[in-house]
Amino acid sequence: MSDRDPDTAGQAWVFGADIDTDQITPSRFIVSSDPKELATHAFNDLRPEFSANVSPGDFVVAGENFGSGSSREHAPLSLIGAGVSGVVAQSFARIFFRNGINLGLPLLICPDADRIDDGDEISMDVADGVVHNHTKDESYEAEALPPFLQSLVESGGLKEYTKSKLES
Amino acid sequence: MSGKTLAEKILSDKSGDDVRAGDYVEATVDTMLTHDITGPLSFQTFYEVAGEDASPQNPESILLAIDHHAPADGVQAANNHNILREFGEKHGVAQFEVGDGICHQLVVEEGFVKPGDLVIGADSHSTTFGGLGAFGTGVGSSDLGTAMATGELWFRVPETRRFEVTGELSPGVYAKDLILKFIGDVGFAGATYMAAEYTGSAIESLPIHERIVLSNMAIEMGGKAGLVEPDQRTVAFLEAQTGESVELDPNLYSDDDAEFASVERYIGEEIEPQVSKPSNPENAVSVSEVAGTSIDQLFVGTCTNGRYEDIKIVADILAGETLAQGTRMVVVPASRRVYQKALETGVFQTLIDAGAIIQSAGCGPCAGYHQGVLGDDDVCLATANRNFPGREGSMQSQVYLASPATVGASALYGEITDPRSVESKLNRHDDYILSEVQR
Ligand code: SF4
Repeated sequence: MSDRDPDTAGQAWVFGADIDTDQITPSRFIVSSDPKELATHAFNDLRPEFSANVSPGDFVVAGENFGSGSSREHAPLSLIGAGVSGVVAQSFARIFFRNGINLGLPLLICPDADRIDDGDEISMDVADGVVHNHTKDESYEAEALPPFLQSLVESGGLKEYTKSKLES
Repeated sequence: MSGKTLAEKILSDKSGDDVRAGDYVEATVDTMLTHDITGPLSFQTFYEVAGEDASPQNPESILLAIDHHAPADGVQAANNHNILREFGEKHGVAQFEVGDGICHQLVVEEGFVKPGDLVIGADSHSTTFGGLGAFGTGVGSSDLGTAMATGELWFRVPETRRFEVTGELSPGVYAKDLILKFIGDVGFAGATYMAAEYTGSAIESLPIHERIVLSNMAIEMGGKAGLVEPDQRTVAFLEAQTGESVELDPNLYSDDDAEFASVERYIGEEIEPQVSKPSNPENAVSVSEVAGTSIDQLFVGTCTNGRYEDIKIVADILAGETLAQGTRMVVVPASRRVYQKALETGVFQTLIDAGAIIQSAGCGPCAGYHQGVLGDDDVCLATANRNFPGREGSMQSQVYLASPATVGASALYGEITDPRSVESKLNRHDDYILSEVQR
C-alpha cells in the first residue's frame, strides 16, 4: 500500500467536526492536481502552520463528518502529498471516504477519536480496526473495513484493482 | 422478504444482482461527467489504468464541461481547459465549451440522462439527476478515470431516508425552501451514505426543474443520491428537452413494503420560505428570523437555481424597479440555452434595467474563483447551495442561501425580505409547467 505505513507511530494533528474539503484544500489553490503542490496549501486557512510543520508519517485526527463538501480528490491528495500516514475520524463524509480508499489512504472510523490530543503519538492497525495512542498508552476500537473495501485497499487502491481486472 | 427502494431497484438492475442496502456491487454506468477542475486528474487516472493508447470503453457515455473557471481566470485554468479539449477531440467525447453551461445542467438539457439510469460525476452535485428518477452520484477523479476504462464502478447500495410532503406548497414557497428545511432538520450529515428520496403529493405536483433542486442539494445533507420517482411529467419534460420519445419503466418506484432508514413527514402548507445562515446550509431558519439583515451582493445562478424559471422569478419581482441603493446583483445563467431564452423573452433586459450584471453561463462566483468574489466584510444572499467559510471569497465574508424569490424580494430593499411581501409579482408553478412543455 504505497509508502504509507500506518503501523508506525506519528504525531496527531487534531481537527474538529465538519471539516469540509474547502477547509482541507481551499478552492483558490486547487488549479493544481499535484499532491506535493497541494500539500503546501493543506489546511491553509484553518491551521496555517500545518503545511510547514507536518512530517511524513504524521496522522490527521478529526471529529464527525470529516471531508464533507465537494467531491474533489484534491483534499485526500493534499494529505497524501504531505506524507500523512492515515486519517482517524469519528465519521467521514461519503465521497471523502470513497476517495481515500480509492487512493490507498488508510482511513478508520473511530468513535473515541476525541480522546486523542494534538501532538499525541498514535498509530493505526488498519486490518483489525484499532487506533493506538502511545502518548496516553490507550487503544481505541475502530470500524474494520468491509471485506470488499479491504480487498480494494489490499490491492493498492482502485487503480491497481482495476488494472488487474483489465488484465485478467 | 420486504420490497425494494428505488435506489435498490436501480442498483440491482445495473449490477445484474438482486441487492439490498449495505451490499457492495460493481455496476454498469450509463453516463459519466467531469469538468475543468476534476477532468485532468480523471484523464491521468484513465491513462494510468487503461494504458497510454487506450480509448474509453463507451465514449458516447461521457460528457466534459468547461464550467468552473470559465472563461479562464488564469493561465493554469486555461491550460486545464486545453487538456479537456484535447481529450474530447482525441476520443470523440461530447465536450462542452466555455459559456455552454454547468455540467449538471448540460446533462439534463442534452439528453444524457433518463429515468432509471446510473450516472456518476466527478462533482458532488451529480445527485442532481435524481430529479429525473436516475441514480446520480458524485465520485472522485479516480472513480471516474477507472469507470471510463471499464464502463463500471463499485458502489455500496445505500439505505434510503424518505422525505414525504403532503398537501401543496404555498405561494412564495419553492423546492429550495423545502430542501433547506430538510437539511436544517436532519443536519449537514443527516443522510451520509444514504439516498434521500422525496415523495408525497407536494413533490408530485412540482415541475421537473423544481424536483431537480431537491436532488441537487441532497449532498448538502451528506446524501449519496436524491431521488424522486419518475412519472409522466418526467417523460414530458425529457421529450420536450430532447425531441425524442422516452419510455418509462413502470417499476421505477419504491415498493410500499420497502425498508427505509427513516421517513420524515411534512405538510406542504406549513413550510415557510427558508434562509440558511452562514456558514453551513444546515443553519436554515424561517425567513422572518433573518428578515432585515443587510445585504451587499445578490447572486442568482448555480446548478441549484440558475435555470430560466429561477431567473424569471427574480426578473418578475424586479420588473420596473431598481436594485436597492448600495447593493449589486450578479446573474449567471446555468447554460447557454438558459441564457438565450432569458435574452429572447426579455428577462435579461428587465434585470439589466434594474441594475443587475449578467455574466456568461457557468459556475460564476459559486465556488469563489471569479466573476463576483466577496471581500472581507461582504454579505451575500445567494441562490447557491453552499455557504461554507470562504466559499464565495474572503473567509470573513458571509453567505446566506435562499430561493430565487427571496433573493428577488431582498434586492428591492437591500435586506433579507420575505418573498410573500411581493406575492402579487410571483408566478405560480403552473405557469412554468406550461413553459417547460412548450420549450
Ligand atoms: S454551480 Fe457551484 S455547486 Fe454547481 S457545479 Fe458549479 S461550482 Fe459546483
